Amino acid sequence: MAQEERRQAVERELTMSRAMVEGIAHEMREDDEVFYMGEDVADYGGIFDSTEGLLEEFGRDRVMDVPISETAYLGAAVGAAQEGMRPIAELMFVDFFGVAMDQIYNQLAKNTYMSGGAVNVPMVLTAAVGGTYNDAAQHSQTLYGTFAHLPGMKVVVPSTAYDAKGLMHNAIRDDDPVVYLFHKRLMGIGWLPAPDGPKTPVPEEEYTIPFGSADVKREGEDVTVVTLGLHVHRALEAADALAEDGIDAEVIDLRTLVPLDTETIRESVAKTGRLVVVDEDYQSYGVTGEIIASVAEGGLADLETVERVAVPDVPLPYARPMENEVVPDSEDIESAVRSAHDA
Amino acid sequence: MVAVSELREMFEDAVTARYYEERLQEEYLEGKQPAFDISAGPIPGELHLAAGQEAAAVGVCQHLRDDDTVTAPHRPHHVAIAKGVDLKRMTAEIFGRETGLSSGKGGHMHLFDPDAGFACSGIIAQGCPPAVGAGLAAKKRNEDSVAVAYLGEGAISQGAFLESLNLAAVQQLPVVFVIEDNDWAISMPKERVTDVADGSQRAGGFDMPGVRVDYDDATAVYDAARDAVGRARAGNGPTLLEVQVHRRMGHFMGDPESYRPDEDVAAAEQRDSIERLADELRNEDVPDDELETIREDARERVDEAIEWAKEQPEPDPDAAYEDVFVNPPSGVTSEEPSHELAGGDD
Repeated sequence: MAQEERRQAVERELTMSRAMVEGIAHEMREDDEVFYMGEDVADYGGIFDSTEGLLEEFGRDRVMDVPISETAYLGAAVGAAQEGMRPIAELMFVDFFGVAMDQIYNQLAKNTYMSGGAVNVPMVLTAAVGGTYNDAAQHSQTLYGTFAHLPGMKVVVPSTAYDAKGLMHNAIRDDDPVVYLFHKRLMGIGWLPAPDGPKTPVPEEEYTIPFGSADVKREGEDVTVVTLGLHVHRALEAADALAEDGIDAEVIDLRTLVPLDTETIRESVAKTGRLVVVDEDYQSYGVTGEIIASVAEGGLADLETVERVAVPDVPLPYARPMENEVVPDSEDIESAVRSAHDA
Repeated sequence: MVAVSELREMFEDAVTARYYEERLQEEYLEGKQPAFDISAGPIPGELHLAAGQEAAAVGVCQHLRDDDTVTAPHRPHHVAIAKGVDLKRMTAEIFGRETGLSSGKGGHMHLFDPDAGFACSGIIAQGCPPAVGAGLAAKKRNEDSVAVAYLGEGAISQGAFLESLNLAAVQQLPVVFVIEDNDWAISMPKERVTDVADGSQRAGGFDMPGVRVDYDDATAVYDAARDAVGRARAGNGPTLLEVQVHRRMGHFMGDPESYRPDEDVAAAEQRDSIERLADELRNEDVPDDELETIREDARERVDEAIEWAKEQPEPDPDAAYEDVFVNPPSGVTSEEPSHELAGGDD
């Protein structure tokens, strides 16, 4: 609740991208060893505004445009991090991770473990995620489950400007590799309008949001909805519609997938008995299954019904009617909550 | 020397490709007024237009047959047109319609037309390995078809490209790599991302011929590609070509290009390979009215394709669940295996 009070005390609202950049800029001012590398992050300011204005303040040595060589520059960030620097390296679209997967899952993620803790990799890997604007199968994925599945990386997914800044401070200061996935639709980019919700009051001063602390974005008594990223806002929209019919949904924003705050989810399920998990990633072997399993392991008795809403196991199609079909919207969430409620 | 008939064909493809991009730009922007919203309007998603890059498409594809394979990157329309991809179905795909090349699943960065030997990848340089594979298949089958991989100059620092050069060279595969150098990888000028101004020099590291065509000039590309494609077809291995082209319409529609100096844009406008082709045709005594007829025919063909595409139905939402795996022929279900497993009766 301290967070809620703080939010109310602040008048200034920022888009999610401005809040993210503010957190990065603060850390860069405090620590010369923090720098940002990526494609089109300097003059362009990030295709999704993730570095807007940083070049002007910090110059090319610290805001580095790099060749389209993800294996080389993500790996170089790993190496610089192992030397004790604090690089932030950006994948323009998370879908491009395949090009540099070894540096991510065999080097970044494993070097601390394989060195018996002798090597730290204090690096942040940022990447834009998500669909909803018809960019087809190679530019629309979230891949939340992929990164969360592979051990060794902390995985952060902000849904609001307030969370984006606090989580970014924490990510840069963390001594472990952090994968920070920001949803394109939430950034507040001129050409990709955001829904209401991600633009929030943001304090000018620094603050951290601890990893592994899910946030109850809406309190409710009847059904627990667990989600992340864009779908926090779609779930809140669904909850408003459901409230009109007397169904009181609680919406939990995971904020980090690794570490996962199972306690907050279990407490909520102990109250409601009904769990709906909503994810923009593929359904099978992913976030939805993991959340349900985590709840079942410690609190099977509390669990009366379970529903999951995710992308059915197909690549993301281009044409609008098909993309709308497979990416969950608030109506899909609404109907899953109703099913859980009526079960 | 280029035969007049071939010059004329290249001109036809080039003017078609240019007009196509101009019309798509109109259609795309029309639905995004007053505020530019990438997800609004009749053409969904991103749009990367290739106006200014026609020389690289027509000069190379003029040498290709239907059974040759081309892979193109995220900026593919001009190459698709030069390779003979079905214009109507390609346009329907770009508009996200049911009768599109991929039934609306792929979109403008992911055009597939197996009949024309054409495929795309939206991921930088990732069309190179499949082109090597097409070359490998041709070699294994003792066929003389050729594979061509197109990529931008920004892609030449990508592992998939460099690995492909090496594999194609060591296996002596019939592959031609074509770098379209439009000077800009989104906002990053070439000199900031590679110390090698001439991308064709990458070939030297793999003991492969490398040729750069220094100016937007379709006939110079034609000459260089004749050697490269001929060499591949004769079983003498791969070649790397780099062609200087220019980018007239930003990286993607909506790109403000605020990073790009005005003089660079102005210089790009001056280098027009289409006007150059027109001059060459005039030098061959092709009259102006014939050139105008070619332009008119191209406009008509493009307008017709766009009108047709816009009349096509949108896909059924449930079509999203088809094509993940090979769809079984009608009447065959997975419960009815079409062959027995090895090992017999027990």
